Amino acid sequence: MEHRDRRVDMALGLGLAGFVLLPWYRIDEGFYAFRWPAQFPFGAEEAPALVQMAAQGRWWLAVVAALLLAAAAVRFAAPAVSRGRLLVALGAAGMAFLVLQGFAITFGGWSWDIGEALFGPLATGQPAMGAGAVLVGLTFLFLFSAGLAEQGVMKGDFFVIAAIALLVALVAVFVFYPVLSMFVGSVQDFDGSFEPSGFMRNIRDPAIWSLDCVIGGGRCGVAWRTLWLALMTATGSTVLGLAFALVATRTRFPFKKGLRLLTVLPIITPPFVIGLALILLFGRAGVVTTFLSDLFGVEPGRWLYGLTGIWIAQMLSFTPISFLVLIGVVEGVSPSMEEASQTLRADRWRTFWHVSLPLMKPGLANAFLIGFIESMADFGNPLVLGGSHGVLSTEIFFAVVGAQTDPSRAAVLAIVLLCFTLSAFLAQRLWLTGRNFATVTGKGDGGVHPALPRPLAIGVNALVIPWTAFTLVVYGMILVGGFVNTWGLDNSLTFAHFERAFSFAFRDGSIAWTGVAWDSFWTTMMIALVAAPLTAAVGLLTAYLIVRQRFVGRNVFEFALMMSFAIPGTVIGISYIMAFNLPPLEMTGTALILIACFVFRNMPVGVRGGVAAMTQIDASLDEASLTLRASSWRTIRHVVLPLLRPAIVAALVYSFVRAITSISAVVFLVSAKYNMATAYIVGLVENGEYGVAIAYSSMLIVVMLVVIAGFQLAVGERRLRRETRIAAPAAVRPLPAETIKEKIA
Amino acid sequence: MNGLKTGSVVFEHVRKTFGTFTAIHDLSLTIEPGTLVTLLGPSGCGKTTTLRMLAGLEHPTDGRILIGGKDVTMLPANERDVSMVFQSYALFPHMTVIENVAYGLESSGLRKTEAREKAEAGLALVGLAGFGARLPAELSGGQQQRVAVARALVLEPQVLLLDEPLSNLDARLRRRVRTEIRELQQRLGFTAVYVTHDQEEALAVSDRIVVMVEGRIAQEGPPRALYESPASSFIADFMGEANVVPCEVVGVEGAEAVVRLGALEHRVPGRAARPGPAKLAIRPNAIRLAPADDGGLKGLVRHAAYLGDHVEYEVETEVGTLYVVDPDVERSLAATTPVAIGLHNRGVAIITA
Ligand SMILES: Nc1ncnc2c1ncn2[C@@H]1O[C@H](COP(=O)(O)OP(=O)(O)OP(=O)(O)O)[C@@H](O)[C@H]1O
Ligand SMILES: [Mg+2]
Repeated sequence: MEHRDRRVDMALGLGLAGFVLLPWYRIDEGFYAFRWPAQFPFGAEEAPALVQMAAQGRWWLAVVAALLLAAAAVRFAAPAVSRGRLLVALGAAGMAFLVLQGFAITFGGWSWDIGEALFGPLATGQPAMGAGAVLVGLTFLFLFSAGLAEQGVMKGDFFVIAAIALLVALVAVFVFYPVLSMFVGSVQDFDGSFEPSGFMRNIRDPAIWSLDCVIGGGRCGVAWRTLWLALMTATGSTVLGLAFALVATRTRFPFKKGLRLLTVLPIITPPFVIGLALILLFGRAGVVTTFLSDLFGVEPGRWLYGLTGIWIAQMLSFTPISFLVLIGVVEGVSPSMEEASQTLRADRWRTFWHVSLPLMKPGLANAFLIGFIESMADFGNPLVLGGSHGVLSTEIFFAVVGAQTDPSRAAVLAIVLLCFTLSAFLAQRLWLTGRNFATVTGKGDGGVHPALPRPLAIGVNALVIPWTAFTLVVYGMILVGGFVNTWGLDNSLTFAHFERAFSFAFRDGSIAWTGVAWDSFWTTMMIALVAAPLTAAVGLLTAYLIVRQRFVGRNVFEFALMMSFAIPGTVIGISYIMAFNLPPLEMTGTALILIACFVFRNMPVGVRGGVAAMTQIDASLDEASLTLRASSWRTIRHVVLPLLRPAIVAALVYSFVRAITSISAVVFLVSAKYNMATAYIVGLVENGEYGVAIAYSSMLIVVMLVVIAGFQLAVGERRLRRETRIAAPAAVRPLPAETIKEKIA
Repeated sequence: MNGLKTGSVVFEHVRKTFGTFTAIHDLSLTIEPGTLVTLLGPSGCGKTTTLRMLAGLEHPTDGRILIGGKDVTMLPANERDVSMVFQSYALFPHMTVIENVAYGLESSGLRKTEAREKAEAGLALVGLAGFGARLPAELSGGQQQRVAVARALVLEPQVLLLDEPLSNLDARLRRRVRTEIRELQQRLGFTAVYVTHDQEEALAVSDRIVVMVEGRIAQEGPPRALYESPASSFIADFMGEANVVPCEVVGVEGAEAVVRLGALEHRVPGRAARPGPAKLAIRPNAIRLAPADDGGLKGLVRHAAYLGDHVEYEVETEVGTLYVVDPDVERSLAATTPVAIGLHNRGVAIITA
């Protein structure tokens, strides 16, 4: 019984600390600035709950104190049988009360009239929750879990219950609450009152829904344009991806290895960089444009800025992803099926058309949907290339930061976008169930794939070779672009851009970071390095729970997590600022909100990788550890984690890289104090400083490569020679395969 | 190592369901301290489930489990004083042998050096001193099995659980290792629960055998009782092969009963049988074949197979086809030979159930 008492004692200790030793409310200048201890415990802002309650007239906090005391009483006085149930009740009540009071009482007192009617007006409101409140919330969660453990839920495993409860709470706060806030925000006025007129006006706005372009004349609404673009990109990237996959697996193309390298590019390329490179090539002052206009004397056009340009950029960005998905699909078609077809007198063309291609259909659909969702969610390329012809994600952005801010419009656009991507996600799920004729069987499948029919072979080569050349030119531009003075006007080489961005000097024996990029660079590194291990931890913990524990609602839990993939970054960004701008949780303008955003946006990839790796590790290893007196926590640390090293590297690398390259959610969340590299680069582009922007981008790419290698060394290898039962799960090379396939925004 | 505590195990009306499927129906069982009890039964009958409930890896849906007199029903696996040897051994592939053995000791809060010392002693106990620095993958199957036993034993648990510990070994090794396990158990005197579906193994190592069928206990008792007085035809056939044939009890004389099998009359231990129709379980080697004119039950040899040290026959009789094992390899009866059938005293039992 000792274990039980110890964990309840620990929870109560936490609660006491949260109530008495830490500021209850949010500290404006930041908790981690640690200037609050000076005013503690009697400063109006810094006081702990005890003082807030006794001296500042915040009497409702007494309920929290009463619940904590009741838990302490239960710990010492209640008979063992009913103790578990009482702790569950108190924990649940505590969490519910904290949430309720957080929403009910804000800066100005009661936020709902019913509170005032019941309890009378309040002398004082309250700011957002702070460290103390969070800690006490955790305390209630632990008490709740301890109570369940005492009742034998989940085989009495406190760690597992607490982990599940914590994850559910975190996902609720950082995924569902923001999205919900966005829905609510769309029908609210600035002061928070119910005001559907903005919603009604926007949802019917012809600028969103107009079909003028079909009827003739005019432009279509932004929703239709986005949809059209997504369909075009999905089709194009699927066709190109298939061509690449066929070339890589079914022909004697000499540079297959090189082709596979292409698949790594999209994860280390910040999303708008392709757009930038295209501007350098085909923009008004681009190399190709000036060359052609000199040659033919035509006026340089602006054709690149608009859907065409975005489409080309997205094709460049997403074809490698589609290639990656389809290469597995093409390889998965069993050669014996094709051989069977040939022995049945079908020629190569007929075999390809009636056997190989139909077998690839589910894979093709998958690639199509990934392309579709990627294109919908893309923010970087449209921002750089869109000009006045925006798509949904950029329109959302301009509705927030533009000339006339209209949060309701942003919310409505975000809801439309979310509906598109979620429908695609659900369609994919529905369509794929029961339709996976996986032809990779356990049987050793001999045989060779037949060569492609000749016309088809010529066709795919005709697609692949020019496209590869084009891709190389584009990436060449990214590397060279940083060294050219002013594109189109003065093409001489220079270090000026790098100097402006990354110069430093030695002054008074210390380094002075004089370049303009350093600020955002260090912030980015700091945030990415904090977010990466957190993401990996949360993701792998979730994977462990999903694979190894049976609990009520596990499938729903997993589905909800995977669904959060399909939420485009712009939607996340807008929902975060709507949710975390006001009490009870206020985080805008902090590093915390950026970190939270990265952790919960990138976690699903960690989950996927972890699930894949963990299913390959025999569950009896965990059980053996448990019967050897190890707690679940010790089991995870000493048995599961060491065996998961490859998955850990993958999760770390992915989340690190994504934190550096992502832009869509970030642009909403950066602040003067915490600016991120991508947001800064976008600012440079808007000012027309293409050279510095490109220099900064290529620097980021180099840094990411270095850090990836570093992670690899730090985590190290698993040592299990000659072990066959645990075939190495995703080794590091397949990282892009696992991650990109799942990446959706 | 000699200070092993040894505890009793009690199951009280334990039930376990998985969703709508009931894996264990109302199981009650008491295991005396210091004995080795085998759970035996066909695949899927719930042996592993029973063992896992004892280990704390599954929790019963109903009922109580006591170990050493203490109610552990709600206790998680790592707080129970039992340890388990897994069918797959479940050695941690990334730890050396000594790290594997010391793992449980360190989990229980021993200091590293102390844990190492005890682990060395445990390895010596199973005859693997000096193998500590290897990885599990660098051991043979039998050695891995012994590491798994050592890892469980060094914790000095009240009860040691073994789930088909020998099923990954070849037949020869199986025989040797099961003797080793039994010797170790008798030397150290711990309580052990041993799961197997091999009746020979069960007979060889157990103090008592619990036969399970479809989540219920079918019979429980010492090996000999199960073999010689099976409670049902299922058990008769499961505990070594048996011919189960209908017979007639014609009289009861004290502790003995007289049964008639066609023209044959035979005395068997009575087992509270009453006159009337019953069933007789006859071991294949309890049947004596004689020349046809000898009287008794008449039969016809259908099939004969020479197997080196014995001959197997299928003999057709009026009570059904009998499977016979005859040690007399000199006299080989060809198919279609008519024979007369007699019974030995051992290896014949009435089944009343
Ligand atoms: N986690 C589970 N979920 C659902 N059913 C289960 C689960 N574990 C076991 N069962 C079912 O319970 C029954 C008993 O299983 P158990 O593993 O105890 O069999 P066993 O006697 O050990 O068999 P074997 O000799 O094949 O190992 C089986 O019918 C099995 O299908
Ligand atoms: Mg089993």
